[in-house]
Amino acid sequence: MIGQLTIGERQSALLMLLVLAAIGIAMAVAGRNDPLGAHGALVAVAALAGIFAVISGYYLPEPSGERFEHYYDEPTKAGIILAMGWAVFGLFVGDWVAWLFVYPDLTFDAGWSSFGRIRPVHTTAVIFGFGGNALIATSLYVLQRTSRARLPDQLSPWFVLLGYNLFCLLAVTGYMMGITQSKEYAEPEWYADIWLVIVWVVYFLIYLRTLARRREPHIYVANWYYMAFILVVAILHIVNNLAIPVSLGHAKSYSAFSGVQDAMTQWWYGHNAVAFFLTAGFLGMMYYYLPKRANRPLFSYRLSIISFWGITFLYMWAGSHHLHYTALPHWVQTLGMTFSVMLLVPSWASATNALLTLNGAWDKVRDDATLRFMMVAAVFYGLSTFEGSFMAIRSVNSLSHYTDWTIGHVHAGALGWVAMITFGAIYASVPWLWKREGMYSARLVEVHFWLAVAGTIIYVFAMWNSGIIQGLMWRTYNESGTLAYSFVDSLVAMRPYYIARAIGGLLFLIGAVFGCYNIWMTIRTAPRTAGEAVADSPDSVLAGTPALQPAE
Amino acid sequence: MFGLHYRLERKAVGLVLAIIAVASIGGIVEIAPLFTIHQTVEDAPDMRVYTPLELAGRNIYVREGCYACHSQMIRTLRDEVERYGPYSLAVESKYDHPMLWGSKRTGPDLARVGGKYSDDWHVAHLNNPRAVMPESIMPAYAWLSRTALRTDDLGLQLKAMRSVGVPYTDEMVTNAASDAYGQAAPDSPQAEGVTKRYGAATNVRAFDGAPGTLTEMDALVSYLQILGRLTNAAHMPVAAAGR
Repeated sequence: MIGQLTIGERQSALLMLLVLAAIGIAMAVAGRNDPLGAHGALVAVAALAGIFAVISGYYLPEPSGERFEHYYDEPTKAGIILAMGWAVFGLFVGDWVAWLFVYPDLTFDAGWSSFGRIRPVHTTAVIFGFGGNALIATSLYVLQRTSRARLPDQLSPWFVLLGYNLFCLLAVTGYMMGITQSKEYAEPEWYADIWLVIVWVVYFLIYLRTLARRREPHIYVANWYYMAFILVVAILHIVNNLAIPVSLGHAKSYSAFSGVQDAMTQWWYGHNAVAFFLTAGFLGMMYYYLPKRANRPLFSYRLSIISFWGITFLYMWAGSHHLHYTALPHWVQTLGMTFSVMLLVPSWASATNALLTLNGAWDKVRDDATLRFMMVAAVFYGLSTFEGSFMAIRSVNSLSHYTDWTIGHVHAGALGWVAMITFGAIYASVPWLWKREGMYSARLVEVHFWLAVAGTIIYVFAMWNSGIIQGLMWRTYNESGTLAYSFVDSLVAMRPYYIARAIGGLLFLIGAVFGCYNIWMTIRTAPRTAGEAVADSPDSVLAGTPALQPAE
Repeated sequence: MFGLHYRLERKAVGLVLAIIAVASIGGIVEIAPLFTIHQTVEDAPDMRVYTPLELAGRNIYVREGCYACHSQMIRTLRDEVERYGPYSLAVESKYDHPMLWGSKRTGPDLARVGGKYSDDWHVAHLNNPRAVMPESIMPAYAWLSRTALRTDDLGLQLKAMRSVGVPYTDEMVTNAASDAYGQAAPDSPQAEGVTKRYGAATNVRAFDGAPGTLTEMDALVSYLQILGRLTNAAHMPVAAAGR
């Protein structure tokens, strides 16, 4: 990896790592009586490891000018491996917390392993660790192909990828030590948040600098989505995390907002983390990998314009549907509900666009589990956006809110849509990236596919059942006009569904482990010698991109 | 329209600006007025701030992720009001940085749990939930009783809360550590300052049953016992509360 950097980049890397090490040491000293100190030590150790790596490779020969003939895919390869690592870790922790609902004493009488601390470990590991690494890896891949331009330099993509993983590591270890802001899906504390802003700005600059050098007149649809993902996540992250730290030696901070304003800000963030992290980014992935794998042009360019701007505009209004019947003013709740229902139009436009792109390639969907992953993802995207709009209706929400139905809905989206499209994209790109004929075992992809589908369906059905039963039990009155069930009655009724959910999650986890093995074995097989150009074939397949010679 | 877009998608900066503009509108329209429209948060002159011990307890509640299973927001629905008490008002969380309304009820809502159970019940329940509620699936928090509460930085904590708008006085900031001790040690000289600064109705008790030592259990129970009791606004007729 160091061998791919120019001497100037190696020097910049050393300088940045030295600054990072100094910051880590300063944090460790200032926070010596606080959990912040441990994080300072972690940052310093990470920076020192980086310094050691750069120095040990410092005198390697510089990369030749020939590198400009190729795309720069090493960060993408590393990102895919990191994503799969986070997937297995995050799914494992997820299944562990699922079993805590059945066996609540699996916590070893320790703070770090109790439900409230490892539940955010699960959400962060799967959303930011798995999803985020997959987005960074695929976005860099797609950006270069659709722009027919190499990344602007070798250092900044590594800074983004490794810096982002440092953020994820700070987040996950922090929760176990009790460092959290409690803001859902934005739990990391102020210093980790500031670090993410720096990483994110560099990420965005990579995008702009590559686009500025593109040899395609048009910016392809996938890049609109990836750009919306980067930009809007930055806006959401900065506003939602405004806070005052107790001191520079404390990990703890107090949110700038309180009560009702904080609730609205958090769900404006929370719902749009779903929209721009878990939807826009992965739609970008879908708009590239699905047509490529199916070898069919995108069904409709106009439909993609309508759905892109619909999603970008409407989603930002929808957050308040998380606060129906609360102390949030009624007019905001009504706006949130209205826009959530309207959101169905661009959401289904995207899903339709994806599925109709497969017209003429359905035989491939039947034979190729990788493409089937993407097809099923589009179907689950359509289903869960419908469910989301439905649950945002105030009267439906009165039943579903606070229950497991919400958890089922989230996992229909997260397992069915986000993870499936990612596995599809990863299975498609691993042979392209490592220049192999195909995956090591197509059969194992098939096994993974069915484990993932079965796990998702078991999970979602279990949570639909438990959620609706919960909601109904809480509001059931007996003949004398009093509440029929105590809270604990509803809890007891959930037990079979909690067991089923944990089994569904286990199947999904096993599938991901098979995926890791398959990817590892693919990388270990001999590279293909002939037909090298196939992997970087021109993207003439994608609509709006004229058939030109590829860059390499 | 599509012709316009055909030109827009050739300009990276134009696309960036368009995305920012289009994505900003919803948040501006829905969030900004919440800070300016006065009716958003009711007036409650009797509303008091958290004592240092209660704030420390709240921070433990946050640290342990209690909000992942317990909401603190009773909705305006009949069954919720009958199960948990009067629906929550915005003013009741106006000193909550951040708010802990929650989004999931694996366990019951806690917005009005203050005063509903005894301190002993809470301590026994937190030590082993299944000892008092055999069907419970809540984790045990037995180590809270074994862990001393950190009080040396409570003044800084109050100061940080003040900088985000909570009206702590200089006196409260200076005496934060001693007030935390006093609130859990009713017969100590420090106890008097607590009621002087935070009102006569403040709970001053040995929450974990041991008056001499200040543990995280003291802090968490003191917080649970004040939930829903910082103001009486929710128990007043609607017209009075809204004024």
